[in-house]
Amino acid sequence: MALLEVNDLVTEFHTEEGVARALDNVSFTLERGKVLGIVGESGSGKSVTAFSLMNLIDPPGKVAGGQILFDGEELRGASARRWSELRGTRMAMVFQDPMMSLNPVMKIGSQLAETVAIHTKATRADIDERVYQALKRVGIPAPRERMKSYPHELSGGMRQRVAIANAIINNPDLIIADEPTTALDVTIQAQILYEMQNLARESGTALIWITHDISVVKDLADDLCVMYAGRIIERGPVDEVIADPQHPYTRGLIDSLPHAENHGRRLYSIPGATPPLLALPAGCSFAPRCSRAGRICNQIPPVVTDGRRDHRCFHPLG
Amino acid sequence: MFSSPGLIMTTMLQTTHLSKSFSYKQGSLSRVAGKLGLPAKEQQKVHAVSDVSLSVKSGEVLGLVGESGCGKSTVGRMIAGLLPATSGSLSFNGQDMTRPTVDTHLNIQMVFQNPYASLNPRQRIDRVISEAAVYHGLVEKKQAPAFVASLLAQVGLDPSYASRYPHQFSGGQRQRIAIARALALDPKFVVCDEAVSALDVSVQAQILNLFMDLRASKGLTYLFISHNLAVVEYIADRVAIMYLGRIVELADTRSVFSRPNHPYTQALIADAPRLNAKVVEHRPIQGELPSPLHPPTGCAFHPRCPRAMARCSSERPALVELEDGHWSACHLNDAVNSHPLTFQEMQ
Amino acid sequence: MMMNDIDAKAIPPERGEPPLAAPEHPMRLLARRYLKSRVGTGAAILLLLITLIAIFAPVIAPQDPYDLTKVSIMEAERRPGESSADGRMLYLLGTDGAGRDMLSAIFYGLRISLGIGVISALAALGIGTFMGLLAAHFGGRVDAVIMRVVDVQLSLPTILVALVLLAVLGQGVDKTLMALVLVQWAIFARNVRGAALVERGKEYIEAALGQGLPARRIMFRHVLPNCMAPLIVTTTNQMANAITLEATMSFLGIGLPQTQPSLGLLISNGFDYMLSNQYWISVFPGVALVLLVVSVSLVGDRLRVALNPKLDS
Repeated sequence: MALLEVNDLVTEFHTEEGVARALDNVSFTLERGKVLGIVGESGSGKSVTAFSLMNLIDPPGKVAGGQILFDGEELRGASARRWSELRGTRMAMVFQDPMMSLNPVMKIGSQLAETVAIHTKATRADIDERVYQALKRVGIPAPRERMKSYPHELSGGMRQRVAIANAIINNPDLIIADEPTTALDVTIQAQILYEMQNLARESGTALIWITHDISVVKDLADDLCVMYAGRIIERGPVDEVIADPQHPYTRGLIDSLPHAENHGRRLYSIPGATPPLLALPAGCSFAPRCSRAGRICNQIPPVVTDGRRDHRCFHPLG
Repeated sequence: MFSSPGLIMTTMLQTTHLSKSFSYKQGSLSRVAGKLGLPAKEQQKVHAVSDVSLSVKSGEVLGLVGESGCGKSTVGRMIAGLLPATSGSLSFNGQDMTRPTVDTHLNIQMVFQNPYASLNPRQRIDRVISEAAVYHGLVEKKQAPAFVASLLAQVGLDPSYASRYPHQFSGGQRQRIAIARALALDPKFVVCDEAVSALDVSVQAQILNLFMDLRASKGLTYLFISHNLAVVEYIADRVAIMYLGRIVELADTRSVFSRPNHPYTQALIADAPRLNAKVVEHRPIQGELPSPLHPPTGCAFHPRCPRAMARCSSERPALVELEDGHWSACHLNDAVNSHPLTFQEMQ
Repeated sequence: MMMNDIDAKAIPPERGEPPLAAPEHPMRLLARRYLKSRVGTGAAILLLLITLIAIFAPVIAPQDPYDLTKVSIMEAERRPGESSADGRMLYLLGTDGAGRDMLSAIFYGLRISLGIGVISALAALGIGTFMGLLAAHFGGRVDAVIMRVVDVQLSLPTILVALVLLAVLGQGVDKTLMALVLVQWAIFARNVRGAALVERGKEYIEAALGQGLPARRIMFRHVLPNCMAPLIVTTTNQMANAITLEATMSFLGIGLPQTQPSLGLLISNGFDYMLSNQYWISVFPGVALVLLVVSVSLVGDRLRVALNPKLDS
């Protein structure tokens, strides 16, 4: 049984200008210990996916349909109590801004200790030891001294490591990371990617890594989902999707990345821009920008799968 | 200053020992205490930029790369006349522009990072684009509508957009408007300060293409500031790498990326995620970026450098020309009996 | 898509570029958002009614209560609903101790109260905005001096300051206005300075500087318009405050002269009659004052929400 199975998830936001469907029938599975990359641009719904999976969608938004099966248990509609039991123990989240999970007026040692104390009955000494180990695992130098620091005394990269420590401290089965390194410098990002990879491998934790930068996730992920305007338009093993994309959007995205080989020449660019969620085209949302679009594209493309890879396209590549 | 075989290129912009430091004024109590001879909090100085000497040739794209705190944005702002230099000089086409004047702005313009913050939310697009041009007398008020329409067309926007307000446009469109505004003063030099960093990948490609096209059609010269190595590798002719306020390496793009000399450059290139790069088991460089308030002694990079020697903590290396046009500031180039490992040898 | 020398031919938007939303004038958008609130709409209608009454009082009032030829002591203290002795006038709200029709007195009183509130608030807005911009623009010592004056003034209770000022200046509409403006300018100065400092740090201001526009122009043409939105709310709040403050002053017997009574003065005059059960002489002006202040406050509050829908609790 897969660790996480998401079926036809729908999340809507009710605004004064209308209902925006941020997620439209999003489906994927994640096995234990595997890493799933979710890639998309702004407005694609990638962050909304993360928040929906953790029941963090607040009104005027709501998860309006579909199933979230975590280890076989349906989470949609679970009680607040059940969510409390799961979040922080078996499921944890890391945000783009570490200050979303850190309390600015508490020492980091106390915060990590709190995460343990709420969910387990452990002695004071045990908790301290676990905090120390967690900080060590994420590569924070001099953990015993650092425990007494406040978040603002740490650099951005350190804060993010503390946020990650907060996520792993109870050995969760699943960590959802929403653009965790986007705001960090290149060298720090590289460190954290490297450490996350090792952490996931060592402890067998499944990881969902959400990013707009496909190059980041290439070495880290086993599988890749590409999202566009609230739908997953392509899914499959990461190397295959990147080397041989089936959906024109994925192809376009990869082709528009700048690198040395196209120095001095114009880059391929997908014409136009992502449609706003409140004014999505009928049918395939990518059709207005697609050079392969035809009459049939004014219907929503269904998911076409061959077992390993799937896509939503009436005129796939390859 | 820099020799380039073959093509003779004139230097358009030159900075010489350009520096910028910010000091935090002592409170009056501290000053009084100081005068009385009592222990007081020291005046804090941040050396954002130290001793930057660059020259940009007419028509080229010079990439300026570094991570946070390296000073690249500060250099850009000094060149664009937004920030006065603390010391050093700046000249443009031979004319001294160390003190920013109107001439500075008519020749050098800047495109900013955040398309959502760089346009006045209460100004219509036609005013946004034409205000300065009309003010400086480049365009008569009567001609402004035609002027605006032409600029909008040059950046790929429908001229009817002139009567709209910024909030109606997407990030990419706003950045085009910002570019049109910069072009309105007919500059010869444009500073792009992370101009594509806040854009989605697909939009980024469009705007990079726009920069390339404008460079060709208008003969522009760019200083392209970015932390994104892939973008710089694509668009720049030469690249300067900065670390904690200083240039640590400077060379043409191909040399920097295939034969990086300075250990920081090597680390940066190895650490940057690249789609086409072969998977190399590589341990990223350790350590944090130092705080500009407490810079390390000697070479600023030595605490993180895997090849640091004793000399590196006491003596700061000078920026030295190694081979034609390739400059680097590292003692490893100097050592008599060791030779700096090439990038490939390190792998 | 990019061309060399182009003249202004219409270029169709890029394929796939989503069409721009239809432009809506910001005022219309504001009005639309505001009218969504029933309370706000009701308050706005009430305020509009009061304003019309105030403007047209000389025309629509049944009687000019300050024309001594029309008023007769014989009609004094008539109950609400009674008619005059000769049957020609119906006193809907009764008459006061001097025989003046209460309804008319209230109309004229509204005129004075609203007029003084609006004028003093607008004048304070003008002066305060100018001082706030000055402080933000120059910074340093100018800023320090202005802001210390503001701090001192805001820390003193407004009634106290107004009392002292009016005691010094004496009675009269113009003196009352001056006192009210002096009391109110400080809050505007502080708000504008704060907003101006925030705007000044934004990239579009840097861009304007980078285009060689002079600092003064930037202050007035770029910074100021972006500070105005929160000022709308401050101004309406200050109007309500000014009206209440003036009423308090009049009730205490300072400020406005008897010949141009505001609602506060009417309430004060009628106070002595409360003990003899002739409530209408004091209560009706009181009700009018409450309606006026509440409608102004509600409009101000709903405007605040309409300007920033996220604030709606």
